[in-house]
Amino acid sequence: MQTSRAPGVAFIFKKALISALVALVLFSLMIGVRTEAGSDGQLTYWTRFGDLAMMVATVFGGSIIVELLRQWWGPVGTVRVVPAQVTSALSLAGRLVAPVLLIFTFLVPVIFYNERYILDLGILVLTYVMLGWGLNVVVGLAGLLDLGYVAFYAVGAYSYALLATNFGLSFWICLPLAGILAAFWGVLLGFPVLRLRGDYLAIVTLAFGEIIRLVLLNWQSVTGGPNGVSGIPRPTMFGIPLSPGDDGLAAKLGIEFSPTHRIVFLFYLILALALLTNWVTIRLRRLPIGRAWEALREDEVACRALGINTTTTKLTAFATGAMFGGLAGAFFATRQGFISPESFTFHESALVLAIVVLGGMGSQLGVALAALAMIGGFELFRGLDQYRMLVFGMAMVLLMIWRPRGLIGHRAPTVFLERNQAISSDLVKEGHG
Amino acid sequence: MTASSPTTPLLAIRGLRAAYGKIEALKGVDLEVGAGEIVALIGANGAGKSTLMMTVFGRPRARAGKIEYDGQDITGVPTHEIARLRIAQSPEGRRIFPRMSVAENLQMGADATDSSEADRASGLERIFNLFPRLKERMTQRGGTLSGGEQQMLAIGRALMSRPRLLMLDEPSLGLAPLIARQIFDAIRTLNRQDGLTVLIVEQNANHALKLAHRGYVMVNGLITLSGTGSELLQRPEIRAAYLEGGRRG
Repeated sequence: MQTSRAPGVAFIFKKALISALVALVLFSLMIGVRTEAGSDGQLTYWTRFGDLAMMVATVFGGSIIVELLRQWWGPVGTVRVVPAQVTSALSLAGRLVAPVLLIFTFLVPVIFYNERYILDLGILVLTYVMLGWGLNVVVGLAGLLDLGYVAFYAVGAYSYALLATNFGLSFWICLPLAGILAAFWGVLLGFPVLRLRGDYLAIVTLAFGEIIRLVLLNWQSVTGGPNGVSGIPRPTMFGIPLSPGDDGLAAKLGIEFSPTHRIVFLFYLILALALLTNWVTIRLRRLPIGRAWEALREDEVACRALGINTTTTKLTAFATGAMFGGLAGAFFATRQGFISPESFTFHESALVLAIVVLGGMGSQLGVALAALAMIGGFELFRGLDQYRMLVFGMAMVLLMIWRPRGLIGHRAPTVFLERNQAISSDLVKEGHG
Repeated sequence: MTASSPTTPLLAIRGLRAAYGKIEALKGVDLEVGAGEIVALIGANGAGKSTLMMTVFGRPRARAGKIEYDGQDITGVPTHEIARLRIAQSPEGRRIFPRMSVAENLQMGADATDSSEADRASGLERIFNLFPRLKERMTQRGGTLSGGEQQMLAIGRALMSRPRLLMLDEPSLGLAPLIARQIFDAIRTLNRQDGLTVLIVEQNANHALKLAHRGYVMVNGLITLSGTGSELLQRPEIRAAYLEGGRRG
């Protein structure tokens, strides 16, 4: 429902007409005239005005539809009156989304036990959920635009791969090491960019991501260069391998061995890692350091005036985000069994950043939903072949029109009035008593 | 020396110079703020008033001269450590955190000083007594407040660190006269009830000088006049420059 439809029919038609005109100019040569080399090399051409007219008509109609949709659901211009019941039902649904999603995720390996494809996809989605949550600390909370997040993913993956293949260290020892090493690199990146913000920071982090990839590619003696590292040990359940042998988990439990056990184990492993990321982030947001990250995003000068040490605040944000990237990287290495620099291109950074931005910067649930939509949706449209990217790009554009702040754009406050009131009234009593 | 300077200044600035690149903004400023005083610093746009406040906070760095706080030299101390010495600042343009709630904004003020929960609670109580309107707005985002409420929030946030010295940069900037009066009343209350020392930078000379015990006039990076608030208000050159010709309070 809406109270006003201010711009009116004339406005919509005018806009559609302009769009159609632009389309006519653009397409008149691209579609209207078809040229080809004839049998003996001369230029032959013919006109396709029917196709051109159809294209222009499509743009005209599409423009009207987009404009109408914008007016009905758009954030600008109109004031919508939503019935109270609908609002309360929506807010209830909103509160239920996260727990329902979590329970469903826990049950995925049970429901889809025999569908390897879905389990693999689930692991992939969860990996990106974890990466999204990790990057969210840097971009969403601290507001530091990081285009080179994949570097930390790579550091984590190579840390585990090299430590495990060269020194035979187990996954559970390497996992924290990978996190620490990635955090270390996060601080290393943080130092030179302390004074940068926005565009400049983005460029430097982009370069940092590329430097790490190029080092991995060219440091043949250590990283194996373009051949990567292969034969990375599979994870064990705290020392018990998930293998068909006598000392494997299946034999010890007295059940029949199945390769699916390992997939299910990996699924729960990444789920646990992702939930750890989420838990730590939520905890940190309620502490002064998390609040300082968010304040830093809002106004750096004011932060300094309030006595916040912006240097350590930025470095901890970089280090925390990088650590989660490193943990995800170690998981990636053990899942794949083989890694090479090809897995750590800018494309990955861009994808994770898109997840954070689409999810609504700073919103944990939004990031999870965006990861599901981006990775799962990408698989969903596999049947569309070459149109997949087109559909995908369109979906992103539409999302940014209707939800410019991301899927979940509002941020939950971390300080609550009730609690403060309770404390303060207690104190008043104490003071009088 | 027109005004009798207090025996133990809380803040003493001597021969302070500061510059942005080659442009010298402070050319040797001397200023004192005694404990329990309200001191106003008035002057035209670009006189260096805000720069003086920022230099006390370490940015820009002082090129020469000395800043003493409570007998301690704080000239080279990093900005974030100065705030921990219980000097609080309400910066020019308020600079609240727009996407964070009012409650979170206030908590930010207390975070750097390692305040206990009890300190925070009593700090909130004090701010709510001073600005009851903030209490109604606690869950609202800072950016949705009106200009006056944002100024109240900026002062409240500064007070959360339980400062001994509060420095206010143009608290009446862009506010309706009635709201500005409320802000000035609140500052007077803080000074009378809690003995809070206040250094206030203002273009609104009339209001500021009526509020302050003493005042300084700054022109082109130098202090040209000083005296008690009422003395300065009587000076013909002040009246000409800042009251009759300029903005009225």
